[in-house]
Amino acid sequence: MKLLVNGTEHEVDAPEDMPLLWALRDLIGLTGTKYGCGLAQCGACTVLVDGQAVRSCRLPVSAAAGKPVTTIEGLSGDASHPVQRAWAELDVVQCGYCQSGQIMAAAALLRTKPKPTDADIDAAMNGNLCRCGTYQRIRAAAHRAAELAQAK
Amino acid sequence: MNAVVDPSRRQFLKSSATLAAGLTIALALPIAVRRALAQEGAPAKPPAVDPNAFVHIGSDDSVTVLLKHSEMGQGVWTTLPLVLAEELDCDWSHVRVEHAPAAPAYAHTAFGLQMTGGSTSTWESYAQMRRAGAMARAMLVAAAAQRWQVAPSECRVDKGVISHGEKRLRFGEVAEAAARLPAPSEVTLKDAKAFGLIGKGARRLDTPAKISGRAEFGLDVKRPNQFIATVARAPVFGAKLKSFDAAKAKAVPGVVEVVQVPSGVAVIARHTWAAIQGREALVTDWDLGPGAGLSSAQLLQDYRKLAATPGAVAKSAGDAASKLKGGAVVSAEYHVPFLAHAPMEPLNCTVEIGKDGCDIWTGTQFQGVDQMAAAQILGLKPEQVRLHTTFLGGGFGRRANPASDFVAEAVHVAKAAGKTVKVVWTREDDVHGGYYRPMWLSSLRATLGKDGLPTAWHHTLVGQSIIAGTPFAAAMIKDGIDATSVEGAANSPYLDAIADHRVELHSPTSPVTVLWWRSVGHSHTAFVVESFIDELARAAKQDPLAYRRALLAKHPAHLAVLNLAAEKFGWGKPLPKGHAAGLAVHESFGSIVAEVAEVSVKDGRPRVHRVVCAVDCGSVVNPDGVVAQMESGIVYGLSAALHGAITLKDGRVEQSNFHDYPALRLADMPRVEVHLAPSGRAMGGAGEPGTPPIAPAVGNALAALTGQRLRSLPFRLA
Repeated sequence: MKLLVNGTEHEVDAPEDMPLLWALRDLIGLTGTKYGCGLAQCGACTVLVDGQAVRSCRLPVSAAAGKPVTTIEGLSGDASHPVQRAWAELDVVQCGYCQSGQIMAAAALLRTKPKPTDADIDAAMNGNLCRCGTYQRIRAAAHRAAELAQAK
Repeated sequence: MNAVVDPSRRQFLKSSATLAAGLTIALALPIAVRRALAQEGAPAKPPAVDPNAFVHIGSDDSVTVLLKHSEMGQGVWTTLPLVLAEELDCDWSHVRVEHAPAAPAYAHTAFGLQMTGGSTSTWESYAQMRRAGAMARAMLVAAAAQRWQVAPSECRVDKGVISHGEKRLRFGEVAEAAARLPAPSEVTLKDAKAFGLIGKGARRLDTPAKISGRAEFGLDVKRPNQFIATVARAPVFGAKLKSFDAAKAKAVPGVVEVVQVPSGVAVIARHTWAAIQGREALVTDWDLGPGAGLSSAQLLQDYRKLAATPGAVAKSAGDAASKLKGGAVVSAEYHVPFLAHAPMEPLNCTVEIGKDGCDIWTGTQFQGVDQMAAAQILGLKPEQVRLHTTFLGGGFGRRANPASDFVAEAVHVAKAAGKTVKVVWTREDDVHGGYYRPMWLSSLRATLGKDGLPTAWHHTLVGQSIIAGTPFAAAMIKDGIDATSVEGAANSPYLDAIADHRVELHSPTSPVTVLWWRSVGHSHTAFVVESFIDELARAAKQDPLAYRRALLAKHPAHLAVLNLAAEKFGWGKPLPKGHAAGLAVHESFGSIVAEVAEVSVKDGRPRVHRVVCAVDCGSVVNPDGVVAQMESGIVYGLSAALHGAITLKDGRVEQSNFHDYPALRLADMPRVEVHLAPSGRAMGGAGEPGTPPIAPAVGNALAALTGQRLRSLPFRLA
């Protein structure tokens, strides 16, 4: 089947029930999207499908076929997306493993809510776990990203 | 300095016997002494440092720091290069970082083997990094001076440019010549007043890779002709494999092989999904053994009975027993469950066995041990095992296993399959996989004097030893006391104010494997001691802050931190209706941390609104890094205090993934304020000390709010 990832078409030989996550990581070689739980409980695998944040560990690859998929590698070529810039400015990351998912979730949020409140951020990103506990900076960086996006 | 000497070719520790001997010597010194020795001023004989092992200057002026410690979120990727760059006087923007290979040059200066843990990285390598930077600088200057035919002492260095009068040479222009010079035996280190980087800090150097998906974690490693494996492991601790039927597993498209290994049965596949599905189809039959009878409820009963009997004495002064016979005794029993570390990146390890040795890619905290374990399995010399450390998607102690479980297993799988294999653990494997923070029971009794302060104190702890049965046992278990079991309890500063006190320990064994979990023994002792002190304050009808101040009168460093946290919080000032505050102060890993938590209860569940934290970690290299570690330690401890429990029933672990082993989420994140209070004490750690005080601070706040004293974790209000 054909997958459209970050603007590039990939022909993948995958069973239909293979989660999109493993197709991205193992078949296409885009390892920025992470495996954390396999149950849509942690958000490490968050990607955009048709602009919506989805947990790629539970989405069968067949359901994503033909739809535009954006992964962390495709968010911007040079880490210039406002969310990435805000994350860098506030030194959000620690181990960094969950941050691809956090950044994709924040990017999806800003598409629908350019000026999110704390409550908006909590609601949109509560599904993204961080065991290093970077939540306080995530919240601050989501606000900062909104500012950076406005200033553009 | 292009000609970096390959440290892996150097003299190696010859055997695990030598390793154990080295460890014994290193560990025989108390940690506080080692901490002091590792830092400036103290050592009469500075450690031998080969600058080539730690820094490589390219002809393009790049400064590549070889990092001996594992970056797992704690920030050593930035902190240690800051220390080296301070003395090197390079251009900070030219600094790159790589994990060092596994080699003797990178042995921990206090523990004697290459490892990251115990909140030691910054202080243990501080002198070493400074000397490496200063030596490299001296060699670069010598090369430039030689070219100019001037005295090195007349040269200046600023941001990677060496100058003499009008003459200028960049580091990159003399790097090759400098590499041919001998490393100087004597170097002068900067006066602290001249520091431009240490104490000021810098933004994290790993951020660009980690916000773009480029950072390579162990799970991202891809080798040519690599296969993915999952392993069907014992369903019950200590169970033995009887038989297996691989037919259905092999029928799963993508599965290529099924092999038996000591830990179970490995399903090897072309991709992860097939490896997961193949394992689901695999049929295994196990002899469950005595582990099938284990349950947390029964363990608790057993521990309770043990607590009523005399244990090994960890600390004793006066005659607590007779003092506790008469009068009003305050008594309490505390309990904490097993805990899984649950780092975001599940365990994994990639192994490629070649003709001349073996290559391993993994995120480990224990290079020295893992390399030795792999060598032993394969019949290789340690230096034939080339261990490549990737970024760690969290460690928290789980990736520092004396048994090398996830590395040894992957080596067995690759060996049995004759293939390059990455063994991948699912989240369920991680939660079921043991090596937990042990379950603990504490029984305490105290009497109070007329002034309300305790006059006698008896504390009995019951829980599995982490160190027993490991190569560390000889050095770290003395007279039946595993130092990590009672740390924070036997050496509590409160005991200094209580004339008659006794701390006893029981170390029962069980098939459940246990390991250090962020803050190790302090993860339970701080909860117990700081909660019980709070109980005593309430029994004496005294303010918990004033009560602690009285008990800590002879501990000015503790007092300073406690007072700072209380002041910044506004202790005693009115809080919103339905809110209450609690506090705790605890020293661990050379640092003292006080935390004040503000809580409320909503729908019968505790809510934490705000945490004010004060920390004295001696001196600080990277202030925002310390702040980040306090935030991190608080969240890790809150997850455990509010949610974390691994329980056993009929030998099975009852939890499996984040839905039933939850962690703190964004919406429940309190506002955290961190105040640094550096004191000039010897440098302590930052990775773990933020964790211990949060559970008691929250529990004490809940007691103040509801009157309910919650003596077991996670907190469940009646």
